[in-house]
Amino acid sequence: MKTFSYHSPKDVKEASKLASSSSMFLAGGMTSIPSMKLGMATYKDVIDLKKIKKLSGIKVSSKTVTIGATTKHAEVAASKDVQKAIPALAKLAGNIGDAQVRNRGTIGGSISNNDPSACYPSACMALNAVIHTNERKIEANKFFKGMFETALKKGEIVEAVEFQIPEKADYQKHPNPASRYAIVGVFVAKHKDEVNVAVTGAKSCVYIDKDLSKKLSSDFSSSAIEGIELDDSEMNSDMHASAEYRANLVSLYAKKAVEAC
Amino acid sequence: MAKVTLEVNGKQVSKEVPDHTLLSVFLRDNLNLTGTHVGCDSSQCGACVVHVDGKSIKSCSTLAVDIEGSKVTTIEGLAKDGKLHPMQEAFKKTHGLQCGYCTPGMVMSAVDLLQNKKNPSDQEIREWLEGNICRCTGYQNIVAAVKEAAGKM
Repeated sequence: MKTFSYHSPKDVKEASKLASSSSMFLAGGMTSIPSMKLGMATYKDVIDLKKIKKLSGIKVSSKTVTIGATTKHAEVAASKDVQKAIPALAKLAGNIGDAQVRNRGTIGGSISNNDPSACYPSACMALNAVIHTNERKIEANKFFKGMFETALKKGEIVEAVEFQIPEKADYQKHPNPASRYAIVGVFVAKHKDEVNVAVTGAKSCVYIDKDLSKKLSSDFSSSAIEGIELDDSEMNSDMHASAEYRANLVSLYAKKAVEAC
Repeated sequence: MAKVTLEVNGKQVSKEVPDHTLLSVFLRDNLNLTGTHVGCDSSQCGACVVHVDGKSIKSCSTLAVDIEGSKVTTIEGLAKDGKLHPMQEAFKKTHGLQCGYCTPGMVMSAVDLLQNKKNPSDQEIREWLEGNICRCTGYQNIVAAVKEAAGKM
């Protein structure tokens, strides 16, 4: 790994000031450190956000669950509050990577990286999340821009993610057998007026499947989407799964999620 | 350069190291604690698992400076007064290792599991050890070892 200067600011303002075109914000480091070790990324300054106390923690109100950016996956999975308010979200967090990754990896890091096969972005989309940064509030559907791309600007830091509590929800994933990332992951959330089906792993960026969401909004049952054929023209195709196979997995796991709700 | 002060296996240590020093490197090269193994070096295999403030993490993907002030336990810190830890004893008894390369990480990971869950099922043990890879394909006996230790910890 190439050398860099490590900084550990105590507040968000100081962290944001340190940012430059050759800096990186560090949270759990579960993607960024391996990337730096492999030489895929190099930085002059690494700005650790974990010492900023206000970025960690879980708050639940009657309508929303707000998770601080540096809250670890293991903490979300084990939180009684999250388990009660949005059990699907706790379940999602408890199945990310492996136990050691969950002990370090954070929600803010995951969504800021926006890996196309990360689990959390699907929850953000399906649960109409609002991303709180040090500068503004961004709706999830405007936050995830493309493969490893977000709406974040230089020096902008995710502080918390606010999820809308649904009536029912479930997350189903087809994990890569070695690394547990989502070859396909489907988050189904039934809100009062709408159903959102968010899909990760299938395309270059997380998305809402409009066909599935529409069908389930008018009839929330697995039979409503039975036999639905999805367009696979933009789906990923690799050694693990062809585009056609991924399209089939999306409808299959959407059905499974509805049945588990 | 950064001054990193940690409590490692109950002893206070302090070293001046480059900022980008990984915890695995700090333990092996600076403290000569070579029981922590580096396998894949890309946070997949789990040979480098140690405990930081009681929780298992992969030391090859953690900066030493990042955990400044923490308590670290490595495989060398498990045995007390020359007596093997119950998990080490169980691995020995059930032949939970072949070449032994993955073993330090397996043991540290398994100890963390039992701290969280006293009597895990086979399925829970297998799921917990997803981040630890054994290429001698010794999983059956590793799971048996964790079950054996579960009754004694």
